[in-house]
Amino acid sequence: MEEKKQPRKLNEYSYVVERTGNMKVPLKIFASEKLLKKMMEDQCIEQGMNAATLPGIKGYSIMMPDAHQGYGFSIGGVAAFDKEKGCISPGSVGFDVNCGVRLLASNLEKEEVYEKINELLDSLFKNIPPGVGGKSLFKLSHDELDEVLKRGPEYMVGKGIGIKEDLDNCESNGRMEDADPSKVTRKAKDRGKGQLGTLGSGNHFLEVQYVNKIFNKETAKTFGITHEGQVVILIHSGSRGLGHQTCSDYIRKMEENFPEIKNSLPDKNLIYAPASSQLAKDYYKAMCAAANFAWTNRHVIGHQTRKSFKEVFGEKAKLETVYDVAHNIAKLEEHDINGEKSWVWVHRKGATRAFPPGNKELPLKYQETGQPIFIPGSMGTSSYVLVGTEKAMLESFGSTAHGAGRLMSRKKANENWKGQELRKDLEKEKIYVKAASWKGVSEEAPGAYKDVDEVVKVSDKAGIGKLVAQLKPIGVTKG
Amino acid sequence: MGKPYEFLEHTADVKIRAYGKTLGEAFKNAAIATTAVMTDIKQVKETEEKKIRITANDRESLLYDFLQEMLYLLDTEGYLAKSVKRIKIQETKTGYELTATLIGDHAQHGYDVHTYIKAVTYNEMEINENEKGVIIQLVHDI
Repeated sequence: MEEKKQPRKLNEYSYVVERTGNMKVPLKIFASEKLLKKMMEDQCIEQGMNAATLPGIKGYSIMMPDAHQGYGFSIGGVAAFDKEKGCISPGSVGFDVNCGVRLLASNLEKEEVYEKINELLDSLFKNIPPGVGGKSLFKLSHDELDEVLKRGPEYMVGKGIGIKEDLDNCESNGRMEDADPSKVTRKAKDRGKGQLGTLGSGNHFLEVQYVNKIFNKETAKTFGITHEGQVVILIHSGSRGLGHQTCSDYIRKMEENFPEIKNSLPDKNLIYAPASSQLAKDYYKAMCAAANFAWTNRHVIGHQTRKSFKEVFGEKAKLETVYDVAHNIAKLEEHDINGEKSWVWVHRKGATRAFPPGNKELPLKYQETGQPIFIPGSMGTSSYVLVGTEKAMLESFGSTAHGAGRLMSRKKANENWKGQELRKDLEKEKIYVKAASWKGVSEEAPGAYKDVDEVVKVSDKAGIGKLVAQLKPIGVTKG
Repeated sequence: MGKPYEFLEHTADVKIRAYGKTLGEAFKNAAIATTAVMTDIKQVKETEEKKIRITANDRESLLYDFLQEMLYLLDTEGYLAKSVKRIKIQETKTGYELTATLIGDHAQHGYDVHTYIKAVTYNEMEINENEKGVIIQLVHDI
């Protein structure tokens, strides 16, 4: 483990830890003084420094304003490794491959949704189960699962679930071309086949929200966010047991194949395969398949959300997918590093891609605005819509924050709050919660998280993701 | 003998410390603690046994795979282990082998799985053995 150093201030919103020990590049931290102080309290700075010791790392090891302690990499960490001489590291993508966020914009107003909020939450809870313990409404055969792993949500559209526009408005169109289902173990498939269309628990949720404030009218309009009071739906989920097992499987394979790497690491969770090795290629193909599964999961959840809105508000209810972003993923991308164009494996773990206007990865619709970014707050607090920038391309490998970031342990949160009391407090603020477990609610209490307002302020001021709109919750369903 | 396991402070995830007179007993208590993270373990009935066998190169990997097997059983069958019996850990030519019988029930029978563990991690994992016994520490990703 690298020894923690006090970062040096570059400007109001960024800090640096110069190379020391085995670090190959410096560590750059996007934070305000307030957020940096919190980061110094756990091990995330050391973790960011450890990431800087991995082979073929380019430019900087980077930490986002919401960074906190993870395993191996910090959560909120970004690193880019040389295409040939670098590495690919499953733990630096995260166990929940393609954990991410989808936003749907509706044609309903907050007043009419408030009138039927309990009915709506009951319907959402029925149509989108938390799915812990294998209770999905969409059980797949192994052959069908292989199609999902290979083709992503496109396969579901062919079956009448979701629409083509959902595919257009999704990072990578919901399909990583390199996905190979044969690289995903039987065990991972067994875990995933009964979990499609389920939320999971922990910090995963579905939130019915309204637009509280628009900062950038023109961009918001292109995103389908037209006025304050408009109702939107935010979905936060990932690849469920399939992705978690895939990460574990390849961590083990890499340990067994590269014992010399395993023994040389400052932290066992950082295990990697050299980018040129067969195992790195195999993991990447499996990770792509798990990512496709996660996009399909959020796609199906989006479809089920439409179903619930129609059940409660009738056929007039229209929900359009604004976009869907991954915040745990590795991708091969071309970046300008020290004035030179290079292909790199960008690992984003708890970080959102933030591509600028004109990037060819973006759908035509967003060519002039840049990529939509969604930063969910904790339960009961604001969430934000941002837009990608050229500065993010130059300074953070086209990445920004992904959420509020935890501040307090679940144990302490459970001691401080009781689920049912929290529910009453939230109801006083007109935020309604339907959950599988009240203990799960107290663990996710808003006070257990960092201030999301501060996180997005840093993103905006540092220029790596600019503010577009603020969203406030009406109702939440969670596992 | 003090408590079989306890939960320690960790910002984002769940940190467990499990104790035992032997390695097997400490593994068993780590497994019970894992179920206790996910559900109210006192409520879980002992209706079904499951025999498991795990092999790994070292003790850390053995612990990882043993607990990961519990997550697999939860995802595929909704199975929750209340206890572990006949746990045996032995050295083999290539590393270690664990055999054990889990005793528990299925979540479909009405248990509230309030916290889902995404994965076992190596983060802060320690297996310390001395003349007094064995202490295990590990962090689960939530």
